[in-house]
Amino acid sequence: MTELTKLTIAEARDKLRKKEISATELTQAFIDAIDAANPQLNAYVLPTPELALEQAKESDKRLKSGEVRPLEGLPLGHKDLFCTKDVRTTACSKILGDFTPTYESTVGANLWNAGAVMLGKLNCDEFAMGSSNETSAFGPVVSPWRRKGADGNLKDDKLVPGGSSGGSSAAVAADLCLGATATDTGGSIRQPAALTGTVGIKPTYGRCSRWGIVAFASSLDQAGPLAKTVRDAAIMLRSMASHDPKDSTSVETPVPDYEAALTQGVKGLRVGVPKEYRVEGMSAEIDKLWQEGIAWLKAAGASIHEISLPHTKYALPAYYIVAPAEASSNLARYDGVRYGVRVPGKDLVETYENTRAEGFGKEVRRRILIGTYVLSAGYYDAYYLKAQKVRTLIKRDFDEAWKSVDLVLTPTTPSPAFGFGEKTGDPLAMYLEDIFTVTVNMAGLPGISVPAGLSAEGTPLGLQLIGKPFDEATLFRAAQAIEDAAGRFTVAERWWTAGAASEGGKRKAGSK
Amino acid sequence: MRVDETTVRRIARLARIRISDEEAKGLEAELSGILNWVEQLNSVDTASVEPMTRVVPIELKKRPDVINDGEIADEIVKNAPMVEDHYFVVPKVVE
Repeated sequence: MTELTKLTIAEARDKLRKKEISATELTQAFIDAIDAANPQLNAYVLPTPELALEQAKESDKRLKSGEVRPLEGLPLGHKDLFCTKDVRTTACSKILGDFTPTYESTVGANLWNAGAVMLGKLNCDEFAMGSSNETSAFGPVVSPWRRKGADGNLKDDKLVPGGSSGGSSAAVAADLCLGATATDTGGSIRQPAALTGTVGIKPTYGRCSRWGIVAFASSLDQAGPLAKTVRDAAIMLRSMASHDPKDSTSVETPVPDYEAALTQGVKGLRVGVPKEYRVEGMSAEIDKLWQEGIAWLKAAGASIHEISLPHTKYALPAYYIVAPAEASSNLARYDGVRYGVRVPGKDLVETYENTRAEGFGKEVRRRILIGTYVLSAGYYDAYYLKAQKVRTLIKRDFDEAWKSVDLVLTPTTPSPAFGFGEKTGDPLAMYLEDIFTVTVNMAGLPGISVPAGLSAEGTPLGLQLIGKPFDEATLFRAAQAIEDAAGRFTVAERWWTAGAASEGGKRKAGSK
Repeated sequence: MRVDETTVRRIARLARIRISDEEAKGLEAELSGILNWVEQLNSVDTASVEPMTRVVPIELKKRPDVINDGEIADEIVKNAPMVEDHYFVVPKVVE
């Protein structure tokens, strides 16, 4: 019998429906795996095993009676940016303390109503601000991936799983859930996916409801899935997406059956390759990966066209005006009065100042200050308004491109996973992690990252596909073609279980 | 754009975040660096460009102006650090 935690969503779904396994058995396998791995990887900030087993029990009942919902009995991890009813939600910030929502986010509710099982809340960068998961108040997440040395053995130094959805990417890559929720404001789904060999899609702005998700930058934030395969991401997104009257920016448009679209192939699709993404200093292996992606899509029947997106280089600076500005406004609510922690002062203003000084971490404080500056009297037009105008130009570049191509192919990140502390000293170096992903948020488009190869150090690399608004189906088709050609990339060695010898032994005995 | 210490302190005050002297010095350099970097946007001509507000032009939906929930005061104050009855408690604001 195959090890249960290694299954994909599609495989587990089949086994559950054929009654080869039970939801309880599957859920318990993940609970055990989390117990064994979390002390090393720190992917979950709050495992919820009792809740998970309760949901699994209900799923088993339904699997028996035949009232099966689309995600019946499938155990998922949930980024701690989503509010969960009666389950602590922190955005991985100290300032929220033990905040325990009395409501469920719409995306979460959609998943649980579809029968999915919640294994727990996943680590992320504080308020989703970061590209390495190192800003979390719960400490960094350790990637299950390690660099390979010249001798062929894995090196001991810890790598980041990307961010902000680093708990999600690490948990999926380490088989600590079948799939996970994530959010993406500038690349926070796609960059962690690329760095961990997983698939992540940021849907079109308005595809998923933002209601009940802790807000970072409201005009950019979108929820999406992180999963082991393109098919799994397609299955999850269909259940996550919905029109929601509680989010006025969610769009009333039908959600297609993305899984069904996967069989359509890419024959006849026109793929654009933007010359502006060939940035200075791009590593040879990233360039090679990109060329391979082009060759794979061509071989599968797509045609390749060079295109120009002239305002690409302005996306990142414009993002670092828009995102902090909106964050400074959104995070004004954390004042120590209505929820979270309070650090008293001699009067109300000092109470606010003390609470926010101690409650927010360094990167969050930095972004609030930048945002406050660019929105302060006399600067609004020069910064925020200017950046919003540049966004129009970025979107226009894509509108122009859509006249001749159906989707765009680029690398997801400029480099593979880096080590702890390598980029924390220089905010600008960290911001450059999002150079290829951020344009997609600025233009509100859908983007998916698919694993496509390994670096010289044996760590994953991803390719990104960008689509027309609400055309996630085409992205899934092309992503499937890349996955078919490149294969899947899984962690070779579960080094994190090596310390727990008895656990490793049990695992082997049980996996015969 | 060079951000000096006075500006850093003014911004921190506006943002209601207490900062130490040491932090103020570090932030001077960090904020200046980031603001200098975003200045490259000035080389883009946006004179005749409208600011983008959303990707798909849809009209914002309006709902009927009716009460659709309520009687949840317990829930609203549930997570507050200091509460009396159904009131949030803060330090005295009026002398």
